[in-house]
Amino acid sequence: MSKFEGRKIYKGRVEGEALVTSEDISFYGGCESSTGIIVEKGHELEGKSVAGKILVFPSGKGSTVGSYVLFALKKAGLAPLAIINEEIDPVVAVGSIISEIPTIDHIDISKIKTGQKLVVDAGSGVVVIVE
Amino acid sequence: MGLELTKDDRDMLDGKHGKAARKAMEIITALGEIFGAKKLISVSSVQIAGVSYHNLGEAGLEYLSDMAEDGQTRVLTTLNPAGMDLTEWKKHGISESFAKNQERVVDAFLKMGVIATCTCTPYLVGNLPHYGEHIAWAESSAVCFANSVIGALTNREGGPSALASALTGRTAEYGFHLQENRVAQVRYDVEAKIENTDDFGLLGQVIGARTKKAVPYITGVANATTEQLKSFCASIATYGGVALFHMEGLTPNRTLVPDKTEVVIQDELDAARNELDDTDAEIDFISVGCPHASIKEIAWIAEMLKGKKVAKEKTVWITTAKPTKDIAIRMGYYDTIEKAGAFLVSDACCAVAPLKGRFKGLLTDSAKACFYARGKNSFKTRIRTIEECMKEAIA
Repeated sequence: MSKFEGRKIYKGRVEGEALVTSEDISFYGGCESSTGIIVEKGHELEGKSVAGKILVFPSGKGSTVGSYVLFALKKAGLAPLAIINEEIDPVVAVGSIISEIPTIDHIDISKIKTGQKLVVDAGSGVVVIVE
Repeated sequence: MGLELTKDDRDMLDGKHGKAARKAMEIITALGEIFGAKKLISVSSVQIAGVSYHNLGEAGLEYLSDMAEDGQTRVLTTLNPAGMDLTEWKKHGISESFAKNQERVVDAFLKMGVIATCTCTPYLVGNLPHYGEHIAWAESSAVCFANSVIGALTNREGGPSALASALTGRTAEYGFHLQENRVAQVRYDVEAKIENTDDFGLLGQVIGARTKKAVPYITGVANATTEQLKSFCASIATYGGVALFHMEGLTPNRTLVPDKTEVVIQDELDAARNELDDTDAEIDFISVGCPHASIKEIAWIAEMLKGKKVAKEKTVWITTAKPTKDIAIRMGYYDTIEKAGAFLVSDACCAVAPLKGRFKGLLTDSAKACFYARGKNSFKTRIRTIEECMKEAIA
C-alpha cells in the first residue's frame, strides 16, 4: 500500500479506479460534455470516458470555458469521481470547485497506473493506492 | 491556512451573505491558496466572459442560474459579447431556439445586477478603470489592454472567477496585482513596418508566440492609435497568453528595461501573414470588429461603403458594442452601412456567434478572429487592412 500527500483543492473522500495520462487535458474542446469521452485528436485518452474514474493527469490547458465543461459533466452524472494533478491550473481548479469534485494536486502521478484502486481523501490531501 | 481573511470575507465564506456569495468566496480563496496569495484585495471593476450560449451550453447556463438565485454584484460589472445581436438577431440568420437560450443567459446576468454591455471593449463604453486600479477582468484582449495600455492591475480571469469577484468585490492578491510580477523580462526591438490594425495584429502574433508568458518590453513602434493597440492586445493574448506588455513611449507602466534583447524583423511579420492566409480561401464572409469596432472605425467604414453595394455572394459583419451602434444610428453611419448590404451587428462577434457551417472563408483585419474562425468554425482565413476588406466586400 503506497500513500502520497499533496494539496487539497476541493474536499471529499472517494474510492475508485484510476484513469491515468501523462498528457494535459483541455476540457473545452477536448472532452465531450454529453458523453464524458475524451475527443482531442491524438490524446492518450482519446475515446476513453472519464465518467466515474479517478482522473489522473499532469495539468489542465486551454480555454477557461473548460470549467463549465466539468460542471456539465457533473450535472449529467459523467464527471470524474476525483481529480489528481501534478500541478493544478486555474481552469480545472475552478471547475472542481463549482462542480464539487474532490481534487488534489502536488502528487507524483508517475507512481499511479490506470486500473489501480485508489482512495482519495482530498480534504486532507491524501491518496492511497489500495491495490 | 496562509491566506488572511477579513471578517467580511469570512462571513461570505460561512454563507452569511447567501449561497452564491459563499460559492464565489470559495473560488476566490481556493485560487488565493493555490497561487500563494497572502490576502484578498478589493476590486472596483469586473468584466465577465463566457456569455455566448454557443460556448456555455445548458450546463453553463444552469450554473449561472444557480448563482443568480441569490447572487448580487457588489461592484461595477460588465459583460463580454453574446452569440448574437440582442435586438436584430433575426436578420443575421440566428435561429429562434438559439436566441431563446441566449436571452436566458443574459437574463441570469441581469438578475445579478450585471450591466449587459455585451462587448469585449468595456473600456470604450463606460467601464474604464484608471491607472493603478485593481480590477478583475476576464476576456484576454481586454485584460491585456487594461494592464498594458491603461495601467490598471488584473490577472487573466476566467468566466466563473470573474463572476466570483463581481459577487464579492474581492480577488486574491497574486500575479499581476503585485508590482514585482509586472516588470519586463524580454526586450523586443521591432524593425518592421507597422501601419494598420492588421499589422499590429500580426506583430502581436509574432511576439506572443515568441514570448509566451514572459512580459515583453517592445521598442520601435513610433505611434499607435487606440484601435491599433486593441488589435495588438487581442492578438498577443490569443497567440501567447500575454496579459501585460510594455511599449516604449506608448504605455504608462514603469519598468526596468531588460538586458535580454531580441529583434523582430519584417520577414517574421510576412511569415505570420502567410500563415494566416489560406491560399485556397474562398471568401464569402467579411468581418471587422474583433475586438469590437470603435465609432471612429465605423465612421471610416461608412465612408468607404457610401453608395456602394456588397457583392451578392458575400456577407459582411461589422461588429461593435450597442452604445457605439446607437451613436452610429444617430450619425447615419448605420443606414449607410446597411444600405450597402453590410450588417452593423452589436453585442456579438464572428468568434462567438453560432456560425459553423454557414461560411467557407473569412476575410478580416483581425489575427485573433482568424484563430477562432479556424479552430471553432473550420473557416479558411485571410488577413488584410480594413480598407482592403471593404474593397473586397464591394468588388
